[in-house]
Amino acid sequence: MTNWNVILNIAKTHLLTKIKQTATAALGVTFGIGAYITLVSFMTGLNSMLDDLILNQTPHIHIYNEIEPSKKQPVATYDAFKNSFNVVHSIKPKFSQKKIHNALPIINYLKKDENVKGAIPQIKSSIFYIAGPIELGGNLTGIQPLDEAKLFNFNDYVVEGSTQKLHNTENGILLGAGVAKKMSLTVGDRVQISTIKGDIFPLKIVGIYQSGIADIDAIQSFANLKTVQRILGEAENYITDINVKLHNIDVALPMAQQIEQQFNLTAIDINTANAQFETGTTIRNLITYAVSVTLLIVAGFGIYNILNMLIYEKMNDIAILKATGFSGKDVQYIFMSQAIIIGLVGGLIGLLIGLIFTNIINTIPFETEALPTVETYPINFNGWFYIIGITFAMISTFLAGYLPSKKAKKIDPVTIIRGQ
Amino acid sequence: MSTVLEAKHINKYFKKPVLFHVLKDINFKINKGEFTSIMGKSGCGKSTLLYILSTMDTDYEGELYLNNELVTNNTRDQLSYIRNKHIGFVFQFHYLLSEFSVLENVMLPAKKLGEKSFEEIEHDAMQKLSILHIDHLAKKRASRISGGEKQRVAIARALINNPSIIMGDEPTGNLDSHNSDNVFNIFKQLSDEQGLSLLIVTHDEDFAKRTNRIITMEDGKIIS
Repeated sequence: MTNWNVILNIAKTHLLTKIKQTATAALGVTFGIGAYITLVSFMTGLNSMLDDLILNQTPHIHIYNEIEPSKKQPVATYDAFKNSFNVVHSIKPKFSQKKIHNALPIINYLKKDENVKGAIPQIKSSIFYIAGPIELGGNLTGIQPLDEAKLFNFNDYVVEGSTQKLHNTENGILLGAGVAKKMSLTVGDRVQISTIKGDIFPLKIVGIYQSGIADIDAIQSFANLKTVQRILGEAENYITDINVKLHNIDVALPMAQQIEQQFNLTAIDINTANAQFETGTTIRNLITYAVSVTLLIVAGFGIYNILNMLIYEKMNDIAILKATGFSGKDVQYIFMSQAIIIGLVGGLIGLLIGLIFTNIINTIPFETEALPTVETYPINFNGWFYIIGITFAMISTFLAGYLPSKKAKKIDPVTIIRGQ
Repeated sequence: MSTVLEAKHINKYFKKPVLFHVLKDINFKINKGEFTSIMGKSGCGKSTLLYILSTMDTDYEGELYLNNELVTNNTRDQLSYIRNKHIGFVFQFHYLLSEFSVLENVMLPAKKLGEKSFEEIEHDAMQKLSILHIDHLAKKRASRISGGEKQRVAIARALINNPSIIMGDEPTGNLDSHNSDNVFNIFKQLSDEQGLSLLIVTHDEDFAKRTNRIITMEDGKIIS
């Protein structure tokens, strides 16, 4: 039979009379948990920001026509040479059209698939920006501005003007920030572009685009799909790329493979294209947890140490408690409950400190060219971190209390009493 | 007259540093209300015997009965309960929990037993303290009172659960003659007025002579 009132009362008295030691032990836990919450919130915040940077503007499946040599050279189809060893020198890529054949029906087909959140066409073309006698090479991509904004957060990268304006302006262009700087152009100005064939078109700048990656900003611009089709002198079904966004990113790979087979096109899924980002995220998480666990283990040793000392100091008390009828288990519970109280109080204060710290970090300005949408340090506020934190605090203090309390349980009162 | 405590053929060996036969076939009974003292030279095994009788030491051969019930081979938890309910202890050193008040020290075994409400326990504890004339110390910290007073607090704590027997291991061994007398008078009074059984190990011949019965030990045997 265990009388918890008595046990907790004794534990409380022990803790309160040794308030400095108790506070030190609890502070160890507080520090560990506080650091864990801060670290993990900050790190995962940073992770998801970096992931978003890439993932949000990257299509889950990118479909296009790859220019490549035929896998099966014509000689292989000729029966007379079937059993011979053929050598073909100077293989050239197969001549094929850049555009996706039957692009519009494919888009309609994809949009009907229940896994697909959206499929939108793009036209990629190489152009020159003309400033007097200077010609700057660049890319002009034809897009459907509103769909891009909806599916790929395109608005985040338009630093001046808007996608809506582009949608409304037939001869509009969203100029890359780098290009605009080089040519000293701002919104409202006109820029002349020339196609590879040499046709020159004036376009009105309705916005500035900044991806954060300088090399891209120095060449990339966007215009309406129809504008680009007109500049290139192509029909309305001329589409070079289809970007697909899915509801669930995990089906990207099988779906990309299926599309490749079905339509005889190249389809790249996001995981294949951005494998290194997954690795970076995993490693950052690993570091965060390694540091936090180390901190908590150190705190655990602190508690272990202090309880050990306490038990040596309280040898006589333990003997007298046992002599007056407290069982070994009761004595063990007394010291266990001390450890758990230290862990709980220290852990809860740690959570609070973590919350305060992350809130402070969340307000620190963090402005960088590379990330136009970010204004303060990113913090991921997630309830799970708090649950994991307090659970870990309880487990580590439980273990730190278990070993010394087991020793207290085994103390033989006769040896202590007779040893005086 | 009913028997409180009975020892049958108790043998005990110390195994370290060499095998040593400490207690040799101990047989005796203590009746209800008897005030008994155990005398003997140092090392004759009287304290060892007392700790076996107190159920704290379980490493012995033979049989031990408390209130005619066999307690040998009971589990440790059962023994804890028996100590709590039926046996009161007074040691040579005072062994109070120094961070608790005098009253809390006295109340602790009763709280552990948990048979009475907090108010009843507090009332009982105050009553025991006033029997021993130390009720004015109730709220003081146990570390702030004198040696004689501590020993009386220890006696009050031994009495709190109205045990069947009080055991003492040289309870006056660390006290001056005035306080020794005091403690003896308290024991005597408890024995006479409340019919309490007492078993006290002592070196003090004067103390022993005034008890009802003296058990003398020599070389691990009872000789008288």
